[in-house]
Amino acid sequence: MSMTVSAGGSATPDPKTVTVENVSHRYKDVVAVDDVSVSIEPGEFMTLLGASGSGKTTLLRIIAGLTLPSAGRVHIGDRDVTMLPPQRRGVGMVFQNYALFPHMSVEENVAYPLLVRRVKKAEIARRVDDALARVNLGQMKQRRPSALSGGQQQRVAVARALVYEPSVILLDEPLGALDRQLRRHMQVELRELQRQLETTCILVTHDQEEALTMSDRVAVMNHGKILQLDTPTNLYLYPADEFVATFIGDTNLFQGTLGPHDTALLVNGDPDFEIPLDRATGAAGRAVVGVRHEFVRVGRNAEINDRSCNVRTTLEDIRFLGSLVELSLRTSGGVAITARVSLADSNKHSVGEEVLVGWRLADQTLHISE
Amino acid sequence: MQLSVRTRFLLWAYAALVLIFLVGPLFVVVPVSFSANEFAEFPPVSYSTQWYGSYFHDPTWRDATIRSVKLGLTVTFVSLLCGGGVALALARFRIPFRGLIRVLAMTPLIVPTIIVALAVYSQYVDFHLVGSFWGLVAAHTILALPYVVLLLTNGLQQIDEVYEEASSVMGAGRLTTLRRVVLPMLAPSFVAAAVFAFVTSWDEVVMVLFLGGRMTTLPLKMFTYLQTGVTPTIAAVSTMLIALVMVLFIASTAWTRFRRTA
Repeated sequence: MSMTVSAGGSATPDPKTVTVENVSHRYKDVVAVDDVSVSIEPGEFMTLLGASGSGKTTLLRIIAGLTLPSAGRVHIGDRDVTMLPPQRRGVGMVFQNYALFPHMSVEENVAYPLLVRRVKKAEIARRVDDALARVNLGQMKQRRPSALSGGQQQRVAVARALVYEPSVILLDEPLGALDRQLRRHMQVELRELQRQLETTCILVTHDQEEALTMSDRVAVMNHGKILQLDTPTNLYLYPADEFVATFIGDTNLFQGTLGPHDTALLVNGDPDFEIPLDRATGAAGRAVVGVRHEFVRVGRNAEINDRSCNVRTTLEDIRFLGSLVELSLRTSGGVAITARVSLADSNKHSVGEEVLVGWRLADQTLHISE
Repeated sequence: MQLSVRTRFLLWAYAALVLIFLVGPLFVVVPVSFSANEFAEFPPVSYSTQWYGSYFHDPTWRDATIRSVKLGLTVTFVSLLCGGGVALALARFRIPFRGLIRVLAMTPLIVPTIIVALAVYSQYVDFHLVGSFWGLVAAHTILALPYVVLLLTNGLQQIDEVYEEASSVMGAGRLTTLRRVVLPMLAPSFVAAAVFAFVTSWDEVVMVLFLGGRMTTLPLKMFTYLQTGVTPTIAAVSTMLIALVMVLFIASTAWTRFRRTA
């Protein structure tokens, strides 16, 4: 193998670092990945979150070496792996439908990566046992994958990906085929395993809840671009744009216009509805204020002394969600607002009633489009 | 679907008729082979196994059989090797003119054997290949290849490429992936292709007639023997041939089933 000198010439990066530089992937007229650059820290759990067709799976496949990028470079540690075939990248991967070899037993499946690395027999046996024990699947060694449940198959796939101790593990919607309860359980287990092994993980999912609960950082992707890369908390509290705001969590978006010295947004469609801003932005044009459904307070709770936005509305509908209740409200000018409140709070109001609505200015986000 | 008794009876009778038409010859050939009479007669008046004896004691029959087995096995090996490559290219690589190649690989099925035989003969004369064993192997491989390519291409297309991707991500090179992942998963198609290739060569006469020179294979020997008169020896040989082919097909089917349930 030829040695490549890392760009920049700084200290040798940790072998668990993954760096993607200006990577694009075009197929005919379709741009699946559009000039993406991202650096994943050693031991980090990073998630690529997006809808189908957002380019997240293509980006993962480019990192794995299964798809050749049309432009850009991929580094794993200090190695430029852009042109290396998958078998020479040394990454682990869990596939969407696990891709367990049907003609091999569980044991043979997990032993496979060690076998092709010509590890000694006794050591293979030891490490396979160890990996299967990690995923609590010690007794299933002799079974064929087809004789296992979906959850068990998933565990075998995880054991097979970590048995050769790769520095990076790629997960392509690994929990997509499981039912909700098992899914949540596996999320916790996977994360726990990743913390123990301190392996760098890159997860691809379309499930925002999965992304938020599992990741150190989440990259929200759309149309082949990363729109925002941040911690789950920051992503939720400070979405960078309207797309992220609506894609993660449920958000009221108020469209309006803004003058350069205005300290309030004039909401389209309702001349009486003005949303105060923390400060004048200096920018002018079309603007959108986003407020999460659960940040909207109603009735007496809405009377916030602090800097807040308050508006009178009519309660149009009440929907029971289980732990919470969703209220549909409308201002006198016809602007719809959705609020998510506790059952106790909703019981104080009935449909048709006039209700005061409000939220703290700190809870709203402003997106300006020139 | 619920069928009336009458419809069911008619369907059953129809199926029985077709079956009799298809396997009827067996019910003549097998008893005749055990006839004690010197002429093939049906039904036989008395029974003996002397015609089996006459087959086994005649070295020309034995030589022809051994040659046919050798030829069949060699054709199987060569056509699996070539056909496997073609199938892999058709099913896995983005090659230009894929559709055209696919159709071309099937042409020996469409073109009458006698025409292929004539064409090959004219070339073999120039290259002095008439009467050579390997010349015959090549000729039979032409006939066997379409089955092999068809079966293996279909088999490969049914194997999700994700298994090969998984194998390569886990560190296996192309050859290791082929040996440890693709071939084992392709085994049922492989066995079927092998059986078809063998049988294609095993009961082929026209090519041997044109290209064999003085070489005699079992079916050709039967053909020439028949011209001298119908004796129960032919029936005995036919019975053994049928038995062999049946064993091959039953074994391959049973093995495929066994694998699926294991």
